Amino acid sequence: MNNFLNIQSLSAKVEDKLIINNLNLNVDKGEVHAIMGPNGSGKSTLSNVLAGKDGYEITSGIINFCGEDLMSLKPNERSNRGIFLAFQYPVEIPGVTNINFIKTALDSNRKHRGLDPLKPGDFLKLIKEKSKILGIPEDRLKRQLNVGFSGGEKKRNEALQLLMLDPSLAILDETDSGLDVDAFKIVADSINSRRNNDSSMLIITHYQRLLERIEPDFVHVFINGSIIESGGPELASEIESNGYERFTDVK
Amino acid sequence: MSESQDKLSEKDFKDPYEFGFETDIESDFAPKGLNEDTVRFISNKKNEPKWLLDWRLDAYKRWLTMSEPDWSSVRYPPIDYQDSYYYSAPKDSEKLDSLDDVDPKLLETYNKLGIPLKEQEWLAGVAVDAVFDSVSVGTTFKERLKEDGVIFCSFSEAVKDYPELIKKYLGSVVPTTDNYFSTLNSAVFSDGSFVYIPPGVRCPMELSTYFRINAAGTGQFERTLVIADKDSYVSYLEGCTAPMRDEHQLHAAVVELVALEGAEIKYSTVQNWYPGDEEGRGGVYNFVTKRGDCRGDNSKISWTQVETGSAITWKYPSCILRGNNSSGEFYSIAVSNNYQQVDSGTKMIHLGNNTSSRIISKGISTGKSSNTYRGLVSIHPKSRNSRNFTQCDSLLLNDNCSANTIPYIESKNSESIVEHEATSSKISEEQLFYCQQRGLDEEEAISLIVNGFCKDVLQKLPMEFAVEAQKLLSVSLEGSVG
Repeated sequence: MNNFLNIQSLSAKVEDKLIINNLNLNVDKGEVHAIMGPNGSGKSTLSNVLAGKDGYEITSGIINFCGEDLMSLKPNERSNRGIFLAFQYPVEIPGVTNINFIKTALDSNRKHRGLDPLKPGDFLKLIKEKSKILGIPEDRLKRQLNVGFSGGEKKRNEALQLLMLDPSLAILDETDSGLDVDAFKIVADSINSRRNNDSSMLIITHYQRLLERIEPDFVHVFINGSIIESGGPELASEIESNGYERFTDVK
Repeated sequence: MSESQDKLSEKDFKDPYEFGFETDIESDFAPKGLNEDTVRFISNKKNEPKWLLDWRLDAYKRWLTMSEPDWSSVRYPPIDYQDSYYYSAPKDSEKLDSLDDVDPKLLETYNKLGIPLKEQEWLAGVAVDAVFDSVSVGTTFKERLKEDGVIFCSFSEAVKDYPELIKKYLGSVVPTTDNYFSTLNSAVFSDGSFVYIPPGVRCPMELSTYFRINAAGTGQFERTLVIADKDSYVSYLEGCTAPMRDEHQLHAAVVELVALEGAEIKYSTVQNWYPGDEEGRGGVYNFVTKRGDCRGDNSKISWTQVETGSAITWKYPSCILRGNNSSGEFYSIAVSNNYQQVDSGTKMIHLGNNTSSRIISKGISTGKSSNTYRGLVSIHPKSRNSRNFTQCDSLLLNDNCSANTIPYIESKNSESIVEHEATSSKISEEQLFYCQQRGLDEEEAISLIVNGFCKDVLQKLPMEFAVEAQKLLSVSLEGSVG
């Protein structure tokens, strides 16, 4: 057992319906884990529960993150401790500019680490550099957060926040969906390039294509709220060829 | 890039009403209650000419025949008009010649409010008239303004020094017969600000009045008159605070704006009267009549208001679009929390040809408050080719508060176009969660979303006020998280 992210016997309900069912998962520092499963298997619930969204009843189990009981922390406290969720459907926040939002978020994370807000000049330099990597035009930074963004633009913007906030645990919830082929490569490669021994990733996806560019250390097949099989990258290839039938039949 | 949203400190959230202190200063009061003698007392204190006393008495007699309006959505126990003081002035205030003579306690009060009256301490570019209870205690930058022919002084001084202007314009926009509270104001108004911008002059600095109610049991009845002569421009700001008290205090002001041909007046208000406590005890009754007359062709009047204070707000800053091609604007943010009641909006009266008006109203409710937008757009049969655009958005932060939008539209001319858009929404859980996931706590997240919701209006405020207004929005929403 590690002391990074440690989920034991986790069950969670939404409106009396059991969505996560006795889930066990360990993610160590520097590891990349992929969670694969068909639609409706509870993958997004898992990411929301980890990020601390309201509306889920945790009926049993524990989640430990860096030695702390994650469940006792509010969503912003989890964020400030290094948990980042790249949303499947990022929301629009009218009137709030993208760049201002990212600065507010970054400064909040920095404050938790005892750092002063980043100086405007340094911040601009950093965000310009990261936007360039992701092929995000500068004028999009001045637009209102996600307002009128296409599906792909929203996903790229999630990736930008990921690069800017540089979390220790990034949860990517269907980050590849909505991206065209070229954008997909840019986003996947930029995320892959930040792999290091100190930061981990949990990639939630139904397709293998993202995993071809960000090769996971572990692949978990997630069906009906629990992991029913774990393996290496070869498991993702098998799913790509044969689908989830073998796993659903097991049930 | 604006960074002001990032700069909210925790203190902003923990100090619900930071202007609630009281200044211990000796005051002159009129005898308690309201009768003809009260009116004479006030007029006499100010050495007013007979015509003005008669004007007041006429209003007083008219007021006796009127009854309080009951058409709005606000509810309050009957006001005992005999149980209040109608005049309170810091002692010795009458003999002031310059700001150097102002009682140090008063200067300290305004310093505490963030309004230093010493000119050198002010941001260049803003002149201030400070009204303390019933009288103006000082006006800054008077001499500088005089160089351009701009008159900016207390109303009392204007009556003495510019009687022709007062006689010509006083009551010409809001007549003494207008409504219960404005008629009461006409009878007992004590002071206020007067502005005159001569033809062709662009006022070189922002003009500002800062109103402060201090004495207990005192109503405040100030009167503001702004006249922009042909082709002139002025931007005027108004701010208000009051001490925390358990009883209600009445504030019934009248503001009259006159824009002559080609003139433009921009009038901004940040209203932060004491709103009462969490149980709804105390707070100011803010019953205010504000109206602008676009008297000349091609004139323009723009109202911007940020209303966060007062137990009850009842005000409808309006524009009479009399001149051809004149235009009127109303940009409003009204926040209500706890037991506050807001019934506010505007009236756009289109009389001239090719007149246009634009209304953007943002209502934010939380606590157990009620927040109503009430507005009239009236297009006269002879007002050809006129246009109005109205957008009313309400944001609810919980399930216990209410928001209403009541637009009245009278278009008596088929060539004119009136557009109305209204939205009402509850703050979205998804938006809150998104912000929190990025590290903002719940109050910071609400503040960010609310500031975004109000952005169209905040942008209309002069810079100095925009920052204050953003801060005020956050303070007003303190405790709104369930």
